[in-house]
Amino acid sequence: MDKQDPRFKIANREALIGIGLAVINFLWWFGFAYGLGSKPPEEYNYILGLPAWFFMSCVGGFLLMSVLVIFVVNVFFTDVSLDVEDEDS
Amino acid sequence: MNIAVVMPLFLFILLIFFIGFWADRSIRLSKKDFMQEYFLGGRQLGGFILAMTMMATYGSASSFIGGPGVAYTEGFGWVLLAMTQVVTGYFVLMVLGKKFAIKAREYKAVTLTDYLRSRYESHTVALIAAISIIIFLFSAMAAQWVGGARLIETVVGIPYTSALSIFAVSVLIYVVIGGFRAVALTDAVQGSVMFIGTLILLIATIIAGGGIDAIMNDLTAENPNLITPFGADSTLTPAYVSSFWILVGVAVVGLPQVTLRAMSYKSSRSMHRAIIIGTVVVGFVMLNMHLIGVFARPILPGIEVGDRVMPMIALEVLPAWVAGLVLAAPMAAIMSTVDSLLLLVSSAFVKDIYITYIKPEASEKRVKTMSFGVTAILGVLVFLMALQPPDLLIWLNLFAFGGLEATFIWPVVLGLYWKKGNKYGAISSMLTGIISYIIIDQFFTQPLGVHSVVLPVVFSFIFYVIVSLMTSQEYAGHTVDYSRS
Repeated sequence: MDKQDPRFKIANREALIGIGLAVINFLWWFGFAYGLGSKPPEEYNYILGLPAWFFMSCVGGFLLMSVLVIFVVNVFFTDVSLDVEDEDS
Repeated sequence: MNIAVVMPLFLFILLIFFIGFWADRSIRLSKKDFMQEYFLGGRQLGGFILAMTMMATYGSASSFIGGPGVAYTEGFGWVLLAMTQVVTGYFVLMVLGKKFAIKAREYKAVTLTDYLRSRYESHTVALIAAISIIIFLFSAMAAQWVGGARLIETVVGIPYTSALSIFAVSVLIYVVIGGFRAVALTDAVQGSVMFIGTLILLIATIIAGGGIDAIMNDLTAENPNLITPFGADSTLTPAYVSSFWILVGVAVVGLPQVTLRAMSYKSSRSMHRAIIIGTVVVGFVMLNMHLIGVFARPILPGIEVGDRVMPMIALEVLPAWVAGLVLAAPMAAIMSTVDSLLLLVSSAFVKDIYITYIKPEASEKRVKTMSFGVTAILGVLVFLMALQPPDLLIWLNLFAFGGLEATFIWPVVLGLYWKKGNKYGAISSMLTGIISYIIIDQFFTQPLGVHSVVLPVVFSFIFYVIVSLMTSQEYAGHTVDYSRS
């Protein structure tokens, strides 16, 4: 029953999606923070009063991830039963 | 003592008690196995409660008291670091996911140790797991209690010992009688309090500071480094800050208090909802909380003890009764972490050691008495430890986090997705993780410029894979059900 269980195929795919999201999240976070934040503070741009590196990396990154997560869960995630077939837990 | 501040806090604690008693009643009325009910809430958590209890459990004193305190000192660099936690909102539930929940039901696992014992068919694995849970979570718990007592001390203005007693009694009562269900339900209330509390306080702080622009000008005038990603003294290197992606980000997947929740939800639908709610709530709370710390600096300069920043800024910028409400938030954060840890350590004693090895035939009544009793005794022990509080709350707490992550991450994750992983791999991985973490943490500060948790996680991965492959001939597969029945 182990490897053949079709539910595990779904679970494996969802785990890979999770890893993919984390990679996107990291690249965005790192890229904006150190890409825009490494110049001297006098040359910083500001978005809504916050330094641009911070706004893009932390505020923007958070909003991006929220949207991505909502999208991915609604589109790619599948409902399955969690119970063992022949008995309840 | 300020009655207007204390009243909302008192009402909050009262509400928590009611939930405890209500959960206790539902345990008594339930027809299901007491063990599953008391330590796992009967696997009935819905999406909202699951998301909140996950967030509240690891959004602990380190983020709520220590975190803003460090952000106050370091500036935006520390907020950047704190935002590495957004990933936990979706990563844990997606990666452990449905497979973990299905397997845990199949094994009838009530604790992470149960799961590991069944997966690896090994008592050695189970014992190492139980012992590391007891040692590491016990020290984490002590750190949290110190945080709780400090908060009461600052807000109410009573001596540390009295503050600690109030905190201990409040937590103990609802955890002992209500079990996991009380913990999860109170976490949901506490999580909501954190969400609203941090929002109110952030807005009030911005207004008190004269708007974001004025605050930014003040910060830049004081020390331009405060608005860079590199910290007040330019000591936060990209490598160091990025390594928190492991410590408080992805490796959280190995923490027993988190994995336990990944086996407690009702259906895949609850899990989907929890992923969405969790991501939004974790990001929102972490962002607001740490920004408060940074923005507090121009308003209240010169605070020496970082742990005091949160309570002091709340009392400064809010009317007293609102401050009381808002200060229920860090209180809630601490309580919701402590209650989970307390129950987890108790389950390690009762389920993983007593029932499994000492008295498997124990009657339901005896198990009940044991569970209530052990939970209460543990609470008293932590109380005694917290009477002599160590100073660096955040580091003590992170030490336990890292140790558990290095121990459990690969046996849990690879055990789930890699068929060839076996007990020899798991044992060597766990031992490598614990030992190398303690050695590195004690004798090397930031090897290769990263946090000391990173290398042990890498080492334990290598050991897991190599030892599993080397011993794959001896290993016969895993189908036996080790559960109690």
